[in-house]
Amino acid sequence: MKLYLRFIGIQIRSQMQYKASFLMTVIGQFMVSFTAFLGVYFLFARFHEVAGFTYREVLICFSVVLMSFSLAECFVRGFDIFPRLIRSGELDRILIRPRSEIFQVLASHIEFSRVGRLLQAVLMLAIAIPGSGIDWSAGRVLTLVLMILGGLAVYSGLFMLYAGISFFTIEGLEFMNIFTDGSREFGKYPLSVYGKGVLTFLTFVIPIALFQYYPLLYLVGRSPHAGLMLLPLCGFLFLIPCYAFFRFGLHRYKSTGS
Amino acid sequence: MKAYLSFFRIRFIAGLQYRAAAWAGVSTQFAWGGMNLLMFRAFWQQNPDAFPMTFSQLSTYIWLQQALLAMFMAWYFDDEIFSSVTTGGIAYELCRPCDLYAMWFTKNMATRLSKALLRCVPILLIAVFLPSPYRVTLPAGVAAGLLFPVSLLLGFLVLIAFSMLIYISAFYTLSPMGIRILATSVTEFFSGSLIPVPFFPAGLQTVMNVLPFASMQNTPFLIYIGYITPAQAPGYILVQLAWLAVLLLTGLLLMRHALRRVTVQGG
Repeated sequence: MKLYLRFIGIQIRSQMQYKASFLMTVIGQFMVSFTAFLGVYFLFARFHEVAGFTYREVLICFSVVLMSFSLAECFVRGFDIFPRLIRSGELDRILIRPRSEIFQVLASHIEFSRVGRLLQAVLMLAIAIPGSGIDWSAGRVLTLVLMILGGLAVYSGLFMLYAGISFFTIEGLEFMNIFTDGSREFGKYPLSVYGKGVLTFLTFVIPIALFQYYPLLYLVGRSPHAGLMLLPLCGFLFLIPCYAFFRFGLHRYKSTGS
Repeated sequence: MKAYLSFFRIRFIAGLQYRAAAWAGVSTQFAWGGMNLLMFRAFWQQNPDAFPMTFSQLSTYIWLQQALLAMFMAWYFDDEIFSSVTTGGIAYELCRPCDLYAMWFTKNMATRLSKALLRCVPILLIAVFLPSPYRVTLPAGVAAGLLFPVSLLLGFLVLIAFSMLIYISAFYTLSPMGIRILATSVTEFFSGSLIPVPFFPAGLQTVMNVLPFASMQNTPFLIYIGYITPAQAPGYILVQLAWLAVLLLTGLLLMRHALRRVTVQGG
């Protein structure tokens, strides 16, 4: 842990070397999510509600997804750009060091410019919460925290899966975008909006609904079952198969030698 | 002219080689389009009267958008061009007896067109056979069908002329990452690639229509689905032409200015 903090320190210092570029990237990241937010805003100005959810409920949902996604992109960035680590031979250097590979990949890239996205997510919460009429008991606050953490776990798993696949092919990787970028894009609405089939798939195969849709029902008071707040924890179970797959790929890895 | 044609050909053929990637792209875009449609369906069920077009028109718009994504994707930039500016490789390009602007322009056209060509056929083929309101339909009429390719070509050129400005900005900033993201998000929002322009409030639409971004994918697609009637189309096409001229001219001037003061550090 101490070592990880040192790595964080190094990464911050190195990224601060190019302050103007860093700032522009942060603003850019903010703008990307801000336009997505404007899209939601203008659609709601026209339609007022979607599948029974109000504007503020959707904003809370969007904010949770965006927050967990940007946290994952910040701290699990090493897996997100894993194909680059393979191609540049950086992975070979990682493999010969006496530390766990996972730790080194995590510590090798920490992308602080995602702060821009995080900011947008916080902003949306600030817009949504005052008028949402949610009764903020300790349980509801905990639900919100668990949703974000569960989301972080699921996205970390997805990035790890992505890294695992890149051991075998880099050509088909674009497909994974549906689950990573796609779920960020489409996760701004509660997943029930997309119909039963999609909801089932995103519950049992890629467990995005576990931290997004079900706990949201409890959070906004649509469902009385407090048990729903624990569902995001199942997101952590998703890490197990993803990790296993990554190990499997790593086991079969042969360096390109260059 | 011959030189540019061969640049075009080389890039075009190179682009056609990535077929496995194209299949992955096709399935990604198909899923993306499908999710988009499901989302709009939820809004439609909420209040069909608030829909600015028929659902079938929207489906056609979304499938066209996915099929021709490679032509209009705002986030795509040729990294080779950026790195040639930042690493100094540009020196070799400048030795060549051809115009840098035209060369970059043709390269971009070729890469985008080859990608689009590989992807559009399978996507449209599947989208034709979807059940009724969700499938892609024929153009709204003969006139729309004739005007569409003209407007499509113009929109494509406007987009490339705009992205040329971002490439040229690399001469001035040397680290174009921030400007790139900024330009991408602004383009995506105002060109109607996130949400089609007719879904925005009327006041904002007027603003959007005079900006260059609506002249990219918005105009041709709306002509195709008949939202812009053949009678209104010439006006929109004139706007496209005007923006194309302005962007080309700005790009050429900026390029000339940048090249006059460019220093390539040796080493």
